Amino acid sequence: MSTLTVTPNYATGVVSNFDLFAGKLVDREEYFSCGHRACQGCGEALAIRLMCKALGKETVIANATGCMEVISTLYPTTAWKLPWIHVAFPNAAAVGSGVEAGLKVMRRKGRIPDRYVKTVAIGGDGGTVDIGLQALSGAMERGHDMLYVCFDNEAYMNTGIQRSSATPFGASTTTAPAGAASPGNRTWKKNVPEIMVAHNVPYVATACHSYPIDFMNKVKKARAVKGPAYIHCLAVCPTGWRAESKDCIKLGRLAVETGIFPLYEVENGKYRLTVEKPEKLRPVTDYMKMQGRFRHLGKEEIGYFQERVNLEFAKLMNKVECIQSWDELKG
Amino acid sequence: MTKPVGMEVAVAAAEAVALCNIDVAACYPITPNTHIAEHLADIIADGRIDAEYITVESEHSALSAVMGASGTGARTFTATSSQGLMYMHEILPITPAMRLPVVMGLGNRAVSGPINIWNDHSDIMLQRDSGWMSIFADNGQEAVDMFIQAFKIAEHPDVLMPINVNMDGFQLTHVVEPIVFPTQAQVNKFLPPYKPFASLHPDHPVSMGTLGLPEIYTEAVKARDVVLVNAKKVILEVWKEWEKMFGRKYEPVASYKTAGAEILLLTMGSMGETAEMAVDALRKKGVKVGLLKLKLWRPFPYDEIRKAVRGAKTLVVTDRAVSYGGPGGPVCSEIRAALYDQPNRPEIVNYIIGLGGRDVRVEDFMKMVEGAPKAKKSGDDYQIYGVRE
Ligand SMILES: Cc1ncc(C[n+]2csc(CCOP(=O)(O)OP(=O)(O)O)c2C)c(N)n1
Ligand code: SF4
Repeated sequence: MSTLTVTPNYATGVVSNFDLFAGKLVDREEYFSCGHRACQGCGEALAIRLMCKALGKETVIANATGCMEVISTLYPTTAWKLPWIHVAFPNAAAVGSGVEAGLKVMRRKGRIPDRYVKTVAIGGDGGTVDIGLQALSGAMERGHDMLYVCFDNEAYMNTGIQRSSATPFGASTTTAPAGAASPGNRTWKKNVPEIMVAHNVPYVATACHSYPIDFMNKVKKARAVKGPAYIHCLAVCPTGWRAESKDCIKLGRLAVETGIFPLYEVENGKYRLTVEKPEKLRPVTDYMKMQGRFRHLGKEEIGYFQERVNLEFAKLMNKVECIQSWDELKG
Repeated sequence: MTKPVGMEVAVAAAEAVALCNIDVAACYPITPNTHIAEHLADIIADGRIDAEYITVESEHSALSAVMGASGTGARTFTATSSQGLMYMHEILPITPAMRLPVVMGLGNRAVSGPINIWNDHSDIMLQRDSGWMSIFADNGQEAVDMFIQAFKIAEHPDVLMPINVNMDGFQLTHVVEPIVFPTQAQVNKFLPPYKPFASLHPDHPVSMGTLGLPEIYTEAVKARDVVLVNAKKVILEVWKEWEKMFGRKYEPVASYKTAGAEILLLTMGSMGETAEMAVDALRKKGVKVGLLKLKLWRPFPYDEIRKAVRGAKTLVVTDRAVSYGGPGGPVCSEIRAALYDQPNRPEIVNYIIGLGGRDVRVEDFMKMVEGAPKAKKSGDDYQIYGVRE
């Protein structure tokens, strides 16, 4: 499996070796087709489209209930050109476990063609970090040969923007609304990539659709892993973030440039930032001011947010700089 | 045909499932289904069959995983009881909606609370309307036979629906009985490989489990109901074929000494054998009593029930679950509904018995039959039998 090697420097806006850039390198085939019913500027739908391109044809998808299932499979239509199954909200990882086991045994017994087909389970943040965490943990612990991708739009969007444990501090949601006595959501985002690392998953990464090549590289790498892999993809939801559709890509970039959502991968225990670390992180307000969900926040809360982002970023850099891979540790 | 072997019924059930050459099993332990789950794991670990055993972290995932596997065209099995079945509840109705012929072994057990690991039918009754086919075994031999039949019924191209085989917890799952196993060659002949209508493979991509708006939901529900009702025809065919091949007869409503009976007793599950002894004793005393054993619970055998009660004056229905604040036990409610429009229908007396493992003895059946006229006069729709007041 070849991986793409273009690393554009987004901070400077310079794309080196342009000949190799996305439009030319990315598969033209669409496996997640247009005509689905996502909102304008939906980052999650875009991310899925990119993911499918990187996965290619030999793939089966198990999808949790959520926006992406609802917008893509209105009977009798479907946006999926890949084999696709949806059972319920909490169980994409469990359904994927069964798909993986089924494909394996059917292939072994000669009942389907003897070709490797990748099983991929996907879910929103709700279906992954909250209600589906048990099934995800089980599947990763059992070591199924399966990639799980969480499309994190930071709330339960399908049911109307309720908070999840991936909702950032201070965001106003319909179940954690900002009010005279409340700053909105009071908790910090649950760190599920780290929980996956603790499961000894050989490949864990964060990603965002605003860095398409980086994301697709990660999907390709994860696809090549024989065993479990996990990607946590930030997916901008203009509807739920109270932002403009046209700002979808920009918001993803700002999440990275502010250090709120750093892009990194953990390969066999080794942490690596995959998008160059800027000299200085942009202030979180650059990101917040474009979104209505943070509109109500005062100086104090923003100060807390900034402090916490700095700390989390420092914690991550500490891992990037200090933690050795499993191979290095063995040696 | 092989010779009978003495075997614990749960273990025998796992052997029967193995004879069906399953591809994927996912089981989460709960008493009293544990021995099925463990023995099946043993069989696969020993390489006696080539299958994947997924050690799921919950029953919710067990059913989810076998659905995923079934979606790929694999032959799948899961087993559970009580709280485990409750924990699957969310997924249960989705399996028939997606026409996945999953087979489930149920070691029936009371549901909490209070927590109780012993037998009654409250677990399956709480899941009654989830669209699965449901059959009940009387004894170990029936359990073994029914598992093999179950795959054939579920996977029939006109059916493609999930099915659960019910075995009373402990009273059936944990007793040792003489069991005759069919040979592998016989099972292979009886049970062809599963041919899915569609499966999850890139060669023919399909979307399974899509969204249905109000325009389509009602039609989807009707389609499922029609298939389930029509499945009875296939069930009867499969049972006929079984009888021809193995000589053991299966009917939706089995009868015992019903000729000339004025009073009929009706049971479901392993109590049938105790009830037979009560019928023998009562017949000796000159009571014109017979026994009906309901084996097919879903699809419900309306015609067979109507026919079976013809001529009887009283029908004593036993139930092993309570429909709290409702019209009586769930089995009796169905039977009342089945007979409501019938001319000359028998009077119906409903006893709820054997809850949470409470022993039901021959004398209890005799008392229920003998007490039926008084119970009827009481005007109550049902009685919970043997309550210590
Ligand atoms: C057991 C259960 N509880 C609640 C729901 C309702 N529900 C459907 S989708 C959803 C939220 C989905 O949120 P997320 O996983 O973050 O995906 P998104 O829609 O944001 O992409 C909820 C709460 C459900 N389908 N099943
Ligand atoms: S609500 Fe958000 S995630 Fe859902 S389709 Fe709209 S933009 Fe996409």
